[in-house]
Amino acid sequence: MSFQPYVPPEQLMKDRSDYARKGISRGKSVVALECDQGVLFLAENPSATLHKISEIYDRISFAGVGKYSEFEDLRIAGVRLADTRGYSYGREDVKAKIIANAYSQALSGIFTQQMKPYEVEILVAEVGESPSETEMYHLLFDGSVNDVQGFVGIGGHAEELTERLGEAYREGWELADAVRAAGAALASVQEGPVESEQMEAAVLDRTKRGRRKFRRLDDAEVASFLEGA
Amino acid sequence: MSSPQQPPHGTSNGPPALIGANPSFADLIRVSRAEALPRGDSLSTSALTAHGTTVLGLKFAGGVVIAGDRRATAGYEIADDRMRKVFEADEFSAVAISGAAGQAVEVVKLFQVELEHYEKVTGDRLSLEGKANRLAQMIRENFPMAMQGLIVVPLFGGYDQRRNEGRLFRYDATGGRWEDEEFHATGSGGRGARGTLKKGFRSDLSQDEAVALAVESLMDAADEDVATGGPSLSKNIFPIVAVITSEGVTEVDEDTLRTIVQTLAGAGGDR
Repeated sequence: MSFQPYVPPEQLMKDRSDYARKGISRGKSVVALECDQGVLFLAENPSATLHKISEIYDRISFAGVGKYSEFEDLRIAGVRLADTRGYSYGREDVKAKIIANAYSQALSGIFTQQMKPYEVEILVAEVGESPSETEMYHLLFDGSVNDVQGFVGIGGHAEELTERLGEAYREGWELADAVRAAGAALASVQEGPVESEQMEAAVLDRTKRGRRKFRRLDDAEVASFLEGA
Repeated sequence: MSSPQQPPHGTSNGPPALIGANPSFADLIRVSRAEALPRGDSLSTSALTAHGTTVLGLKFAGGVVIAGDRRATAGYEIADDRMRKVFEADEFSAVAISGAAGQAVEVVKLFQVELEHYEKVTGDRLSLEGKANRLAQMIRENFPMAMQGLIVVPLFGGYDQRRNEGRLFRYDATGGRWEDEEFHATGSGGRGARGTLKKGFRSDLSQDEAVALAVESLMDAADEDVATGGPSLSKNIFPIVAVITSEGVTEVDEDTLRTIVQTLAGAGGDR
């Protein structure tokens, strides 16, 4: 029988946090901004097919940074939860808050019980009928949740990005302005501007017809917004 | 929420787990909330159950039209005169049902979530071929209920974005699947509708002509079959007609249908 040396819980949690933060800071960031149409998400992502931003349900979307396999796991679990709830009850009963709480539980369980914490940060957003009903939840690797309003950056440069976005943010501005501000913020935390082909962009668009409000912006659309300055 | 560190497939000491996330919603709900699924272990007699009647589909140059009348019957009684039998399955396909109404609506609801779930989990929409196959499997799963009289026989139409054409599939109660090159009609009034479709069908029909032919076929079916409801100008009852093209699924609006019915019936009114 082997004996584990005693490690104080404070030290254990600190080591895990440091490990997770280190992993997250190596990856690219995602920013989210409210605008008149809904919520914009912008990320630097060289891949056109491996997404950081995706649809969870009619009005709910997901963004993840850090280790792809881990946030992809969480994304699929979120889609499963949402579709099961929506099928068993009603579509309008699926709320971002439910998804965020479930993620929080899962992440906190993983953080305390597994060999290693997930090296991820995620964002769950829901666009409402009116701007005041929009919700955004920022979740950290240990399961802690922040209810954020207006703008947020997640990932390695989260604080810097959130600060930049805070300076630029105007309530009720147009999508094009939000894209420009988000692009500028992403560019400011790395060397040089980010090309539109290197960007992944999506909107939870409350003006979109039908019940599914999530739509991706293609490179040309992003470029046209960035050039329209 | 299925715990993310434990994939739903396989166990630690069982056979090797399948890798990859299973994109099927039907499989997921069967494990997590089986009571929410349509099920066949409670005996039900077909006379007590509402039955949907005539649905049809036909191809035209730019896509495919799927249409259905509005009547549901329970024995000799009209259970509903405004029933919906044509449903948008996803952005580029629609399904029409005839048979046991409650059962059919549940199968369609599950099919709709199945397609959306697949799209969200994998990031890609299923091919039309894949959707048609999946529907066949779901009908097959319903077979025990078909044996008790709860038969569900759909028509499935969609726009195939890889082949750039509309396609039409019909099914039987055992999940058998056939592709129709021109048109098909099922349900109690199917024979009447097929007669009109056969006479009026051309491969170069325009969209408007195809919609008008669909409405005319349903009206003829209603003339031949008590369980099929014809349109009513006085009660504002019109068939549901979905058109699927490269632009997606649209439903023909009531004003257009009223004009078509008036033209076909003469300016008089109900036929």
